[in-house]
Amino acid sequence: MLDVRLALQRPNFKLNVRFTAPTPGITALFGRSGAGKTTIIQLLAGLLKADSGIVELDGSRLFDSAGKIDMPAEARGVGCVFQDLRLFPHLDVEGNLRYGFNRAGRTDRRIAFDRIAGLLDLGALLRRHTWQLSGGERQRLALGRALLAQPRLLLLDEPLSAIDAAKRREVLPYFERLRDELTLPMILVTHLFEDVVRLATHVVLLESGCVLAQGDLPTVSLKPELNLLLGAEGVGAVVVGRVESVDPGSGLATVTVGRGQLFVPGEALQPGREVRLQLLARDLILATEPPRALSVRNQLEGVVTGISADPPHNMMVQVDAGGVRLLARVTEAAAQELRLAPGKPLWVLVKAVSLRSHSR
Amino acid sequence: MTDAEFDALSLSLDVALRSVLFSLPLAIAVAWLLTRRRFAARPLLDAFVHLPMVLPPVMIGYVLLLLFGVRGPIGHWLYQHFGIRTAFTTGGAALATAVMAFPLMVRTIRLALENVDRGLEEAARTLGATAIDRFLTVTLPLMAPGILAGAVTAFVASLGEFGAVITFAGDIPGETRTLPIALYAALQTPDGGTEAARIAVISFAIGLGGLLMSEVLARALRRRLGR
Repeated sequence: MLDVRLALQRPNFKLNVRFTAPTPGITALFGRSGAGKTTIIQLLAGLLKADSGIVELDGSRLFDSAGKIDMPAEARGVGCVFQDLRLFPHLDVEGNLRYGFNRAGRTDRRIAFDRIAGLLDLGALLRRHTWQLSGGERQRLALGRALLAQPRLLLLDEPLSAIDAAKRREVLPYFERLRDELTLPMILVTHLFEDVVRLATHVVLLESGCVLAQGDLPTVSLKPELNLLLGAEGVGAVVVGRVESVDPGSGLATVTVGRGQLFVPGEALQPGREVRLQLLARDLILATEPPRALSVRNQLEGVVTGISADPPHNMMVQVDAGGVRLLARVTEAAAQELRLAPGKPLWVLVKAVSLRSHSR
Repeated sequence: MTDAEFDALSLSLDVALRSVLFSLPLAIAVAWLLTRRRFAARPLLDAFVHLPMVLPPVMIGYVLLLLFGVRGPIGHWLYQHFGIRTAFTTGGAALATAVMAFPLMVRTIRLALENVDRGLEEAARTLGATAIDRFLTVTLPLMAPGILAGAVTAFVASLGEFGAVITFAGDIPGETRTLPIALYAALQTPDGGTEAARIAVISFAIGLGGLLMSEVLARALRRRLGR
């Protein structure tokens, strides 16, 4: 586990955070720009010194202001993929990859050179210079270089922000592959919730140098604090499901979610795999009677667990649908008419197209 | 080219080469101190390094004579312990040119160091490189074009140094009579006009050639760095 308690005071910025991150696991630091995400990364890497606090990784103290411990960055074993990549221009691809690899103790080399070159498809590029690489290739090189230094913890500072949408689609699968193949704890800084849903297992919500909420992704996705960061349209529960089968004819996959089932567009999904789905609150429809003769095929049975105002004119309804927690936005009038209150059984309808699935 | 002119030319190259080789590590160290370290005496060091640019070269030669002459504090020590004499020797000529060209070298190298992206050094840190390791494997290679430019500029300037050399090392043919001193000596003889002209042309060609070469090399190095 990574245990972080840090305070830092600067003339125009104040940071005071306390969070834990599971190891292994991918924890996203999510927040707007200026929330302190990059500062936390620098503090964890040892490139910046906090005024007070501790950083403890799997039982070893990297920083402890009271105990006067401040392990230098080069000894922390904390890898970093910087937002601006920071590839060495005077070295070729192999030189960059080997920089950290050669400096890691011979006995510590758990992550083999050929394995990373293979996983990231860098094998054919080893002789190239960094400025001869495409945006996606540069991204992969930065990732590979950091991994080959054999880190105990990998920090990713907006690793996808420098590239356009097409390149993101090229690079994201590599991140997923690494997450699934290496049991390496990672901290991912991002301002895009899409990246959080796709990659992270845990989330720390940051705003103005403070932690608003933290926990596993499905739990944090229900937090009202997310409203602030995502806007009303972007709020919605993230649920983890399991692919049962895929119908090649319709391209729809059957996904078990709690005790119910959903149909998700996803020909490429593999049966048995875990997927994450985000069900936007605005896309859920609540019914207090069993719906019949509807075009909406995704229906889950559930019970209201909570209801709160969602200004100006809406209510946010929390539903437990067979062990899965969902958020639905309804108008005040509708909530009154349906007499929605905790304990009330109901049916949740989800438009299939509104499901975002992310393979895992 | 006469033998005497050839001697003056090869001596000039010898003196300039020694001067650059001796002063380069020191210039890199001083440039690093002035760029990367904050200390109280920094403005003083900065000013001191630049003194040879503003003081008369003859005065620099005179100060060197006071310090490195056989009776000077440093010169005496060197002679007693190592039997080394600097004043009025080729080594002395190199020392005088090194001092004169030093500010030029430090300025160029400093500029190169200021342009090195600190972020790359941070990246090297997170990859496990210690301070000296980082300097040798990241900072220095990235500064290379600037170091080269500084060395070549100092080399070319060293070829032309006159005042400090003649004061500290004198005019000894084959030992301290470099091109500019040979030129001056030729002008002092009644019919040395054509000799002076030939030396002037040689000096001009070397100066221009050196500067062009530095430009070409720096461009090649920058290309290697992808800039």
